[in-house]
Amino acid sequence: MTTSSSRTSFDRRDFLKASGILTIGFSMSSVAGSAGAATLRAPKSVVKETIDSWITISSENRVTIFCGKVDLGTGARTALAQLAAEELDVPFDRIEMVMGDTATTPDQWLTAGNLTIFQGGSELRRAAASARRALVDRAAARLGVPAGELNVEDGVVHVKTDPGRSVHYGELIGDGLKLEVDAKITLKKAPEYKIIGKSIPRVDIPGKVTGEFTYVHDVRLPGMLHARVIRPDDHGARITSIDDSAARQVGGYLQTVRKGDFLAVVARNEWAAIKAARAIRVDWTAGTGLPDQATVFDTWRKRPVAKEEVTQDVGNARLALDGSAKRIKATYNFAVQTHATIGPSCAVADFKDGKLTIWTSSQATHSMQQEVAVITGLPREAIRLVFIEGAGCYGRNGTEDAAADAALISMLIRQPVRVQWSRADETARAPKSPPRTIDLEAGLDAQGDVVAWTGDFYIALNHIAAFKPLDFPLLAATETGIPRPGNWVGFLFQNSGQPYQFPNIRVNTRHIAEAFFRSSHLRSPGRIENSYANEGFMDELAAAANADPAEFRLRYLKDQRAIDVLQAAMKLANWQARPGPNPNAGSGPVVKGRGIAYLRYNNAITYVAAVAEVEVNKDTGEIRVTRVCASHDCGEMVNPDGVANQVEGGVLQTVSRTLMESVTWDRDKVTSVDWASYPIMRHTQAPKVEIALIDRPGTIAWGAGEPMACAIPAAIANAVFDATGARLRSVPFIPEKVKAALAGAQPHRG
Amino acid sequence: MARFNLKVNGEARVVDADPDTPMLYVLRDYLELKGPKFGCGLAQCGACTIHVNGEAVRSCVLRIDALRDGAVTTLEALGTSAKPSQLQQAFIDEQAAQCGYCINGMIMTSAALLAKNKSPSEAEIRAALADNLCRCGTHQRIVAAVKRAAAA
Repeated sequence: MTTSSSRTSFDRRDFLKASGILTIGFSMSSVAGSAGAATLRAPKSVVKETIDSWITISSENRVTIFCGKVDLGTGARTALAQLAAEELDVPFDRIEMVMGDTATTPDQWLTAGNLTIFQGGSELRRAAASARRALVDRAAARLGVPAGELNVEDGVVHVKTDPGRSVHYGELIGDGLKLEVDAKITLKKAPEYKIIGKSIPRVDIPGKVTGEFTYVHDVRLPGMLHARVIRPDDHGARITSIDDSAARQVGGYLQTVRKGDFLAVVARNEWAAIKAARAIRVDWTAGTGLPDQATVFDTWRKRPVAKEEVTQDVGNARLALDGSAKRIKATYNFAVQTHATIGPSCAVADFKDGKLTIWTSSQATHSMQQEVAVITGLPREAIRLVFIEGAGCYGRNGTEDAAADAALISMLIRQPVRVQWSRADETARAPKSPPRTIDLEAGLDAQGDVVAWTGDFYIALNHIAAFKPLDFPLLAATETGIPRPGNWVGFLFQNSGQPYQFPNIRVNTRHIAEAFFRSSHLRSPGRIENSYANEGFMDELAAAANADPAEFRLRYLKDQRAIDVLQAAMKLANWQARPGPNPNAGSGPVVKGRGIAYLRYNNAITYVAAVAEVEVNKDTGEIRVTRVCASHDCGEMVNPDGVANQVEGGVLQTVSRTLMESVTWDRDKVTSVDWASYPIMRHTQAPKVEIALIDRPGTIAWGAGEPMACAIPAAIANAVFDATGARLRSVPFIPEKVKAALAGAQPHRG
Repeated sequence: MARFNLKVNGEARVVDADPDTPMLYVLRDYLELKGPKFGCGLAQCGACTIHVNGEAVRSCVLRIDALRDGAVTTLEALGTSAKPSQLQQAFIDEQAAQCGYCINGMIMTSAALLAKNKSPSEAEIRAALADNLCRCGTHQRIVAAVKRAAAA
């Protein structure tokens, strides 16, 4: 029972016995992992250099992997377990994964940036391979044969020529593996793989489709109370006075908590907390105001610039531009969007005996030790964050705010407390992606070849460096008078540069010092907006050159993997070479077109291409994306179906972002607060997605969470041009903007 | 505070709660079920979907005092990971989840659809699920899972 004000007449265990369903508490299953207070593990070594920090093996041969990266609903738990099982030579189902627990897992930095497999997985593989070698060495001593004459299968070391002579890992583990990870150890090669490259079903899905899985929202501690934080609608408003007399009348209400502008109500159960939060009356000061949304991109480019950086400089672009036969320029804009997590953020915190434990779905548990230390005044060592999966976050949403809220409230009331954000908290108050405006200009020669390309990217300043803790302005910090300097928006310069072999290129980034909203990284930050502009503009050049847009791109690609991925998408879509617009778009109000886009993530890792097919209703301005053919080369695939799931998700989520998503606001407050005011794509609007995965065993595994999304906005914009002759240079492509573009479009040729 | 006699997943349950308490909180906080999820509290997303007398309803806006003698079924009663229902097995076979937070609503809404229409077309499946929101972009696999269950 979680409340004292309510009770059930049946004993819980009897109910469970009767129903035969395990629904309560913190169920344990091997790789699926465990959750919650009941199974808090004893703190252990977490230094990255030591094998014990990563891997423990029981005398019964059970393997536990301690991983600093977490599973944000992407299947990382399964894929990382595959990597460990492969290097250790143990069966996949003998592995239990512990993820993102600051007391037991190494700090592998944020689970972000498309780095989980590439960086996180590589670190884990080296630890596992080091463990295997150490265990084989011990077996060699035990069996009295050289290590080279031993083989490992299913966690059993045996003599190659005499398999009967064997010893299993559990017999060799002794008091652990207090040895150094060999950073240069040789990893298994592709032909030796038994587990990598297999589409092993995700370990979390059976629990998720039956209600057995424990999300952070399901964590229950003995004596746990429920809180809601009360925040102003107006941007930057502060508390003048509060009157909680009505809240006190709510059955189950316990107390009001206030520290500076941080205000919360605490109740015995969640519904009482919600009612008390609605009942409390707060007078707020006027807010600090917001810019006129209608002119946001003009405002954005005029804001103070903290620094400029040239990201690409080839030849002399200015000179070549001046000498070109045809000059084309365009400005692309990308709206402020939000993560719009389907389950609003939630956290549970328990401050006891000077120690603070926080259960959270944070992608940044280790960073959060420092971030929470600043807010609570506790030393970092006294703070433990335990990762438990939440709803998909796609970047820094409200999760870290909710964790800080719970931490602060538990400190103030000295009781375990659960904080559940409301829908409006998540949609309106969680951090946002910053706006983007991008100026591009290019020159063609008389033959229609690109001789110059220039770009100016107005991007938000990123305040921190990779692999450092964040000093993000969490709400609980700002509201308690602890100013934190910075937006953590990701590396927004990435993919501003060109993947194409143009003779003259100059790309400049202007880093705007302050965004309008608290800003954070949202899936594929920078790469998605920059690729939208670059690939949309590339399509404009192809049209200006009267060239087929796919062939036009291929002219400037020399990297065979780039060519392969582009051709894979073309093949999937049965691409017929011709210049746009489509001569057979249709004569009625609904016209059809196709568009293509290509990029290489960070211009350094995963290659992707997409062909989008659209129908545009010229009367209503509505776009229907009917099919997307997506190709993807992330190098070696650890779990091909896991990659496919991420690629499909990247396509479908981005169709939504491209067609309909924009944070809205008036001069005082954010007005997109729920699913009616921040709509996302529905099943009836989802296109058919077909994918071609290019596997490259033996090459670096680069990750698949973010790249595919980046090709989608331009592929759709280019398809709309193909259908209508109109260019869409501002995401999202809502009907009003489509109609305005159609009104200004050139009539079809022919 | 009032006392309510409920029928949940085939069991008689007695709950003392405020009459305006939404069933979502009754199920999650008092009966400690994990299937129904809080997504919006506004009947906009479907994450909280349960069955009342076999009909898919939004538990976040269904007050306990409006339930009357309705029989409640939650995701937990459909099957377990050891013994999943045909529909749940189809979601496993299609690997039709990413974060999985919306999946309760997808399965409960689809189960109600399949109870009435044994072989829905893809358009009918998409229409039935139109008010169930997924943020991860798992739409195609979810629809494939429902089709697979219908064909099984």
